[in-house]
Amino acid sequence: MEFEPKLVGFLCNWCSYTGADLAGTARISYAPNLRAIRVMCSGRIDPTFIIKALYEGADGVLIAGCHPGDCHYQEGNYKALRRYKLLKRILPEYGVEPERVHLEWVAASEGEKFAKVVNEFTDKIKKLGPLNMKQSIFDSMKEDIVVHESAGEEKGGEADEA
Amino acid sequence: MKYTYYPGCSVKATANLYQESIDAISPILGLELEELEDWNCCGATAYMSVKELMSFAISARNLALAEPFHRDVVTPCSACYLVLNKTNQYFTEYPDLRKKLGQALEAGGLSYSGNIRVRHILDVLFNDVGPEKISSLVKKRLDGLRVAPYYGCQIVRPEMGFDDPDDPQSMDRLIESLGATSVEYPLKTKCCGASLMGTEEDLALRLCCELLTGAESAGAHCIVTLCPLCQMNLDVYQSKVNRLCRMKHNIPVLYITQLIGIALGLPSKDLGLDKLAVKLTKPVKEILQGA
Amino acid sequence: MPERVGVYICHCGSNIAGKIDIEKLAGFAEKLDNVALVRDYKFMCSDPGQNLIQSDLEAGLIDRVVVASCSPLMHENTFRKVCERSGVNPYLFTMTNIREQCSWVHIDEASSTEKAMDLLAASVRRAVYLEPLEKREVAINPRTLVIGGGIAGIQAALDLAEAGKEVVLVEREPSIGGHMAKFDKTFPTLDCAACILTPRMVQIGQHANIHLMSYAEVEEINGYVGNFNIKVRQKARYVDADLCNGCGMCWEKCPGTRVPRKGNVHEKLSLGPTSSIYMPFMQAIPAIPVIDRESCLYFQKGKCRICEQVCERNAINYDMEDSFEEFEVGNIIIATGFQPFDPSVIKRYGYGTLPNVLTSVEFEIMNCASGSTGGKILKADGTEPKSIGIVHCVGSRDKHYHEYCSRVCCMYALKFAHLIKEKTDAEVYNFYIDLRCFGKGYEEFYDRLLGEDVRFIRGKVGEISRWVAEEDEKDQLIVRVEDTLVGAVRRIPLDMVVLCTALEKQDGLDRVAKMCSVSVGKDGFIIEKHPKLGPVSTATDGVFIVGVAQSPKDIPDTVAQASAASSAVLSMITREKIEIEAATAEIIEEKCSGCRICNNLCPYLAINFDEEKKVSIINEALCKGCGTCVAACPSNAITAKHFNDKQIFAEIEGLLSAR
Repeated sequence: MEFEPKLVGFLCNWCSYTGADLAGTARISYAPNLRAIRVMCSGRIDPTFIIKALYEGADGVLIAGCHPGDCHYQEGNYKALRRYKLLKRILPEYGVEPERVHLEWVAASEGEKFAKVVNEFTDKIKKLGPLNMKQSIFDSMKEDIVVHESAGEEKGGEADEA
Repeated sequence: MKYTYYPGCSVKATANLYQESIDAISPILGLELEELEDWNCCGATAYMSVKELMSFAISARNLALAEPFHRDVVTPCSACYLVLNKTNQYFTEYPDLRKKLGQALEAGGLSYSGNIRVRHILDVLFNDVGPEKISSLVKKRLDGLRVAPYYGCQIVRPEMGFDDPDDPQSMDRLIESLGATSVEYPLKTKCCGASLMGTEEDLALRLCCELLTGAESAGAHCIVTLCPLCQMNLDVYQSKVNRLCRMKHNIPVLYITQLIGIALGLPSKDLGLDKLAVKLTKPVKEILQGA
Repeated sequence: MPERVGVYICHCGSNIAGKIDIEKLAGFAEKLDNVALVRDYKFMCSDPGQNLIQSDLEAGLIDRVVVASCSPLMHENTFRKVCERSGVNPYLFTMTNIREQCSWVHIDEASSTEKAMDLLAASVRRAVYLEPLEKREVAINPRTLVIGGGIAGIQAALDLAEAGKEVVLVEREPSIGGHMAKFDKTFPTLDCAACILTPRMVQIGQHANIHLMSYAEVEEINGYVGNFNIKVRQKARYVDADLCNGCGMCWEKCPGTRVPRKGNVHEKLSLGPTSSIYMPFMQAIPAIPVIDRESCLYFQKGKCRICEQVCERNAINYDMEDSFEEFEVGNIIIATGFQPFDPSVIKRYGYGTLPNVLTSVEFEIMNCASGSTGGKILKADGTEPKSIGIVHCVGSRDKHYHEYCSRVCCMYALKFAHLIKEKTDAEVYNFYIDLRCFGKGYEEFYDRLLGEDVRFIRGKVGEISRWVAEEDEKDQLIVRVEDTLVGAVRRIPLDMVVLCTALEKQDGLDRVAKMCSVSVGKDGFIIEKHPKLGPVSTATDGVFIVGVAQSPKDIPDTVAQASAASSAVLSMITREKIEIEAATAEIIEEKCSGCRICNNLCPYLAINFDEEKKVSIINEALCKGCGTCVAACPSNAITAKHFNDKQIFAEIEGLLSAR
């Protein structure tokens, strides 16, 4: 069977998520591999989100925000770009191909572009194959990115107090 | 200014008057045209529509031969210009084709990386030499000569970038730099019938008739062009046009390089003027002699 | 007690259920941790659908809600309100988008269902970590800013002013009136444009509730719904508006030439005085002239000052400089209109190089009784044309320029044809692709024109040239067109050609859009909140759009939209208060190391440094919740409410939890 990559997308609310919605309204079909997470601004995307997604089993991560100059919050997308470039430099040191993380500007009007971006990214990751992560690599970052268990404990604590 | 010169088949045969005029004016304008050794057919527009891949491969061989010289390739023929440029563009844009062409070239011991720029001689005359320089070299100003600038289709379409596809101006400016008047000629990029002259002769002749009528009613003394096929259709077939359309066209059709040569003061035998089918008419001669 | 999540799956008729196996999805949801109950319903957004959630919440069966349906941009608010009604904090609700981003975009049912499962698992996991947030309310300033003083802005401003609300109307040009002021007649009723527009312009000038700033431009917009801070540049008119009485002595005596006085009829086309000190047209509001610096002899050569000498009121002031005015408003209406497409880029049509090729706006001016030709239709040489061609769709419905239909050209082309027949004996040819006569009375108008001996040729004009063949065509234009009804290429000699140019986004619209934080589409027009249900609102609360700023439209539609926008603004003002986003960022003082990295990141200057405590603090009134500071904080001291790390991590885990 052909390898179907699991992809996570972080989409900014104002441009890219809206653009993805537009692809829906216009019934433009595209590869079903990407699962989107909505954030208010691409500037909110913490590099640890991406590491976390890769750690949890994603084969690639797409970041999409407003075009330069179009950010709803003026310049959050520039911050996203900065962090993205830094992260790309660090990824190879973890044994992750930098192409597995991709940033694209998708405007609210670009439903067609969104579909195209997802298709191209899916194809690219298909060619790269599954991400085989070495567990040890992420152990050092465990504290920052493994939230569920620890958060659960915290939650439990709160519930007790209540 | 040194270039790799790709003549193409026309100027070596039917259009050798074009070649002669190019040879005559190049040294004066400071153009060094070094002919590409062992060049072959450009791929040809007609062949392109029959066997596309083969045509691309033939065409690419020329580019591969030219690449080691790292110079712009210049051609006087609009069809060669179009086909070589098309090959270049497709080579860059379509990886699959690039791969196939790479294999074909390899079989012949060649390779091509896509780094050659193919230019038409009009582009070089207008952009590299320039109307100012040409004007300064003019010995016989062609004042009073009314010229219809005829570009034809292949030099400007599809958009090649050096002139406007609907209303090109570069040859108009060159004509003016010689002292002549470039008349308003709305048909400057209309079809001359091209190779339909071989298959649908009546249709092609009628198209030529429109071009000739248009030039004459605009008050032109002559038509100036830059394409071997256009020149042949309008010049050699003029008498046939007259017979079919019952007209009395008598308008000389020159190459721009011939017109430049005249203004530079070169003798007409060096410019191949004696090889024109429609001989220079009296008013043209008068202006040229007076000049 | 652990969190109890209620999952509600919407069929959306067959929109979702047609592509996603609802039963399988529900079965999957039931097995997820923390899920207390799963229900599915045909239309979750309907009353019975909402009641399902309400009764479960009220019965205490669940304390968190996940609705798997359409996009949150569509119905997030609907379901938040359901929670509120049921006495549960609306931020304990989250939405799963299984329509726009799932059933509508994937062909295969199995993979759609699989993706829906992943998305739902993510939402459920996220729901567990949601936290109640407090609503924030702000007061709404009852004053409104209207940008643009064409018919759109005029209508919106008058509606609001008549309702007793203050309006600031900012117009870039020296007078309000916009394009409509240049028209002679309006289609399809052929009523005189000036007769219906001028009284409204006068009303604007005199209304106690309207502060008109003409020859002014909005420079800056800050703040948020209810409380926008506006800065406007008042450009220097060089005429004191308080002193000037509009007597006209200055432009009568002015030797400067803004519009050439020599040249042919078409070069001299103008509505108002051609002098350097001028009014754009005689009915201008305000009726105060402006000096055009580019052509003024005093500004260019340092000599003249004739207008100063002849002005009895001493209103001329050459030293006047641009000034700025700042004020606050609660809502903004963008009514910036259009600019006509420049057809000179289509070289085949010869505009700008061939004589007697005119744009529709130029033709309107020529037809205007108060224009330089006195309403006469004339060739460049001053004679009456014997034949006129009207070319439709120049720059619109054309992939090289604008793909959209400009919506008004068919009708004004018919109006032109009628005016030509009324005023001259000329033959009229309409070259059209399709005739789109869709409005009230439009088709009837077309029918009337068919009886007025106007020729209609269905085909897109290939070229307009001087390809003259006969002696009597010497001064004519030759139109070549494929007549698709006859199936032949035709060559038609004409005396004059009018190009129906596309309506384009107004110059500077992108700047206005950016100041208001709204997006523009690929055609350059502002994107409305919803194409059907929110045609005058935008993604930014308190910012409304009217007229061609949204998309090309005619006068009736523009006026209707203007009244719609003003009623939307009135509804905001009447509320007096509005809830604003509660999802802001917050700094946990104990964790803040005082590094100040976040201080300079905030585009809204909402983060300050507390010198005493040596920590950064966020002013929640200014924070818009983008989260840029959150991602930047090296100590994880900043939390983005409703989008905190835990919630997003949980969502990622849910997405990727293997089934």
